[in-house]
Amino acid sequence: MAVMQPKVDAVIVGMGWTGAIMAKELTDAGLRVVALERGPDRDTQPDFAYPKVVDELEGSVYRKFLQSLSQETLTIRHKIGDTAVPYRQIGSFKPGTGVGGAGSHWSGCHFRGLPEDLKLRSHVEQRYGRRFIPPEMTIQDFPVTYEDLEPHFDHFEHVCGTSGKAGVLNGVRQEGGNPFEGSRQRDYPLPPNRNYLGAEWFYKAAREAGYHAYPIPASNASGPYVNPYGCQMGPCNFCGFCSDYGCLNYAKASPNVCILPVLRLRKDFVLRTNAQVVRVNLDRARTRATGVTYLDAQGREVEQPADLVLLCAFSLYNVHLMLLSGIGKPYDPVANTGTVGRNYSYQGKSAVEMFFGEDVQANGFIGIGGGGTTMDDLNGKQLDNGKAGFVGGGIIWARQPGAGPVRGIAVPPGTPGWGSAWKRAIKESFRHSFYYEVQGACMSYRSHYLDLDPTYKDAFGRPLLRMTFDWHENEIKASQFLTGKALDMCKTLKPKAMSGEGWKTGSHYNVTIYQSTHTCGGAVMGDDPRTSALNRYLQSWDVPNVFAPGANAFPQNNGYNPTGIVGALTYWAAKAIREQYLKTPGALVHT
Amino acid sequence: MSEPKADSTENATHPLSRRSLVKGLALVPLAAVGLPGCSAAASDTSESADTPGERYTPTFFKAEEWAFIVAACDRLIPHDEHGPGAVELGVPEFIDRDMQTPYASGDIWYMQGPFVEAPPELGYQGRLTLRDILRVGLGAADAHCRRQFDGKTFAALEPAQQEAVLKSAESGELQLEGISSKVFFAELLAEVRNGYFSDPVHGGNKGMGSWKMIGYPGMRADYTDWVEVRDKPYPLPPVDLAGRRG
Repeated sequence: MAVMQPKVDAVIVGMGWTGAIMAKELTDAGLRVVALERGPDRDTQPDFAYPKVVDELEGSVYRKFLQSLSQETLTIRHKIGDTAVPYRQIGSFKPGTGVGGAGSHWSGCHFRGLPEDLKLRSHVEQRYGRRFIPPEMTIQDFPVTYEDLEPHFDHFEHVCGTSGKAGVLNGVRQEGGNPFEGSRQRDYPLPPNRNYLGAEWFYKAAREAGYHAYPIPASNASGPYVNPYGCQMGPCNFCGFCSDYGCLNYAKASPNVCILPVLRLRKDFVLRTNAQVVRVNLDRARTRATGVTYLDAQGREVEQPADLVLLCAFSLYNVHLMLLSGIGKPYDPVANTGTVGRNYSYQGKSAVEMFFGEDVQANGFIGIGGGGTTMDDLNGKQLDNGKAGFVGGGIIWARQPGAGPVRGIAVPPGTPGWGSAWKRAIKESFRHSFYYEVQGACMSYRSHYLDLDPTYKDAFGRPLLRMTFDWHENEIKASQFLTGKALDMCKTLKPKAMSGEGWKTGSHYNVTIYQSTHTCGGAVMGDDPRTSALNRYLQSWDVPNVFAPGANAFPQNNGYNPTGIVGALTYWAAKAIREQYLKTPGALVHT
Repeated sequence: MSEPKADSTENATHPLSRRSLVKGLALVPLAAVGLPGCSAAASDTSESADTPGERYTPTFFKAEEWAFIVAACDRLIPHDEHGPGAVELGVPEFIDRDMQTPYASGDIWYMQGPFVEAPPELGYQGRLTLRDILRVGLGAADAHCRRQFDGKTFAALEPAQQEAVLKSAESGELQLEGISSKVFFAELLAEVRNGYFSDPVHGGNKGMGSWKMIGYPGMRADYTDWVEVRDKPYPLPPVDLAGRRG
C-alpha cells in the first residue's frame, strides 16, 4: 500500500531547467509545489567544488554527473521490424540526473530559434513547393511563432546571463552579431566572451568564404552578473571542464545557480530528491491526472496527489512517462494513428580536425562550453535547399569546451592508436590542433518514433522506452554538404593535416560515438490533436492537467542547440498556466 | 596550491615475477628525455625514476594476469624518446585499482538480459562487466599464446610477437575463447590510456609524467590570463588534484 502524501497544487517531475522554471513561475503565482527528482541533490558547493570536480576520470569516464544507465535506459533499433537492443553504455547522447539535470552539465550554447525554423513546413512549402518534402517526412510548424516567444527568449537569456552580441535589434542590423537572426528587443545581458585561437581564426576563415561569423551566444558569463532573480554569477575562467561537468565558478548558467537559490528559500516549494516517479495516475476516464506515484530513496511507493502535473524530465523520459501512464494515444507508424512517440528527431554532428606546427598555440585545454564563433550562412532561409537538395540547414562553429587527455587527443589521419608513433602524434598535436564542427538539422519521419519495448525492463519493472531511428538520406546529404563546406573553410587556415568527413551514403546511426544530447520530439506540440500530443501551451490534448515542457515538444530539430527554445517554451507555457489555466482549469485550446 | 609533497604510495612488495621485473627494468630510461613546459630539475623527481611494479601489490589481478597487464602496458605505451611509458607511470597499478571500482563492475551500464547479437553501431551487448572483459580477455589471450608459442604466456613473448598479438586483437582477427578480441582490446587500450592520463590520485600518471610529455597543465582549471596569448607556449607546468606541481 502506497504511502499517501497530502495533496498539493502542482507536482513537478524532474528538477532540470524546465522543472526549475515551472517551480519558480508557479510558486510566484502562489501555488504549493512539490518537485520530485530521481537523482541526488546537487549544488556548486560541495558537488562542483574545485578541485574535486575537475577529476577527468570521474567526470568523463565514470560519468558521475550523468545518468547511470543501470536503472533506466532505452532500447534502440534502426528500423521497424528489427529487434531493439538496450543502450547499455553512454555513447551518442548523455541524459542527466540529479538536481540541475542535464542543465548542470551542458556546455552553455544558448540560441534562440530562427523565425523560419519555427514554421518549417510552411517555409519549405512556400519556397520550394509541397513536393520538395518527401512523403515520409513528417515535419510540422511549431504552433507558436518567433514573435510569440521573443519575450521569453529574452527573459531566459537574462536569467542565464547569456553572453553574446545582438545581430538585429528592433529590426535594425547590428555590426558583429548574427545578421540573419530574428529581431530582438534588447541585446544580450553580457558581451561576448574573449576568443581562444580557434574562435579567433574562425573569423578569418569565414571571411574568406564570404560567411558572416558571429559569437556563439554562450550562457557562460563573460563578466560578473546578477540575474533578475537576484542570483549571482561569476566570470568564466576558461577552466576547460564544461561539458560533462558542473561549473566550479558559478559562471555557467544552470538551474542550480540561476533559479534554485531562490526556490530553496520558498516555503511553498518542496524538493524531494532520490524520488523516482514511476507513473502519472489518471482517473478512470483517463482525462484527468490525480497525481503521481514515486519510489522514495528506499524504494517504497509513495503517492503524491496534485491538481496539476508538470512533466519536466529529460525529453525521452517525458515521453516514457506518458506512454507508461496512458496519457494520450501511443503512435502507431503503420496505421499512422496516435501521437505519443511520434516525430522523434535528433541532430547531426561532424567535426573537422586541423593539425598545425609548434608555432600555433591552439591550447585546447583552455575551454569554455558555449563560447566560440559560428555562422548562419548555411542555416535557415539563407541556405538554398532547392540547390542543396535536402531539407534543413545547419551551422559550422569553432567550439572548445575543454580538452583533457582522458577525453581523448585527436591525431592526424593514419596514426596508429598505440605505440611510439601514437605517442609522437599526441605530443605534437595536443597543444597545436583544434577542430570546427558542423551541427545539422534533423527532420522527422513517419518511421522514426518512440514506443515501449516488448522485452527489456528497467530496474523498477517497467518496459524500457524503445527508439526506432536511423539517418535518413536527407540528413546524410545534409551532413555531406555541410561537412564539405566546413572542409573548404578549414583549408584556408592551411593546417599541416586535417581530417573530417560527412556520413557516408548508407551509413547508420551509431550509438557508440558521442553525437549530440539533443534528442527531440516524441511528444510534440501542434495545432492538430491528430498529429501532436501537446497543444501550443505544451498541454496534453488528452489530459489537460498535464503539461510536458521540453525538447520532446519539437516537431523536428533545427541546426541549433535546443536549450534556448526549451527555456522559452517553458516560460511561454507557464504564462498560459498562470494567466489562463489557473482561472479556468481545463483545455486551453479547443478544436 | 600547496607545496609539493612526497608521493605517499608506499606499498613496497614484489608482485612481479623476476623475469618480468627484469624486463620492466630494462625498459626504464637511462637518460631523462626533454619534456615541454618544465625544467630538467622539475622532471627529475624521485617518482619518475621509480619502477612502480616493485612497490605495488595487485589485489585484483593474479600473478599471471598481472604479468600480462604489465607486458601489455609496455607495448601499448612504451618508454621511448617521446616520453615515459605506461609501466613506469604506474598504469598497471591504476588498472588493478580501477577494476575494483563500481564503474568496472557495471555501475553505470545497463546489464540486464536478454543479451543478443546486434549491429556494431548499436553498441556493446555482452554480459561481461568491464573487469570481467579484462579478466576473461587476458586469460583467453594467454591461452591463445600458450597454444601458439610453445606454452609461453603473452608476457614471455618477444616484444615483436606481443605487438603482433595485440594488432590481431585490435582488428578482431584474433579468435579467442569466450570473448571477442576486439571488445577486449578496445577496453584494455581505453584502461591503459585512462591510467596514463588521469590524475595521479588514481594510481597512474606518476609524477604527472604524461601531462609533462604533452604539455597539459593538469588541474589548473584557470586560464583567464592565457586565452588571448598567441605568441608563446603556455608556460606553467602541471598541478595535480593534490596540489603537487610537476
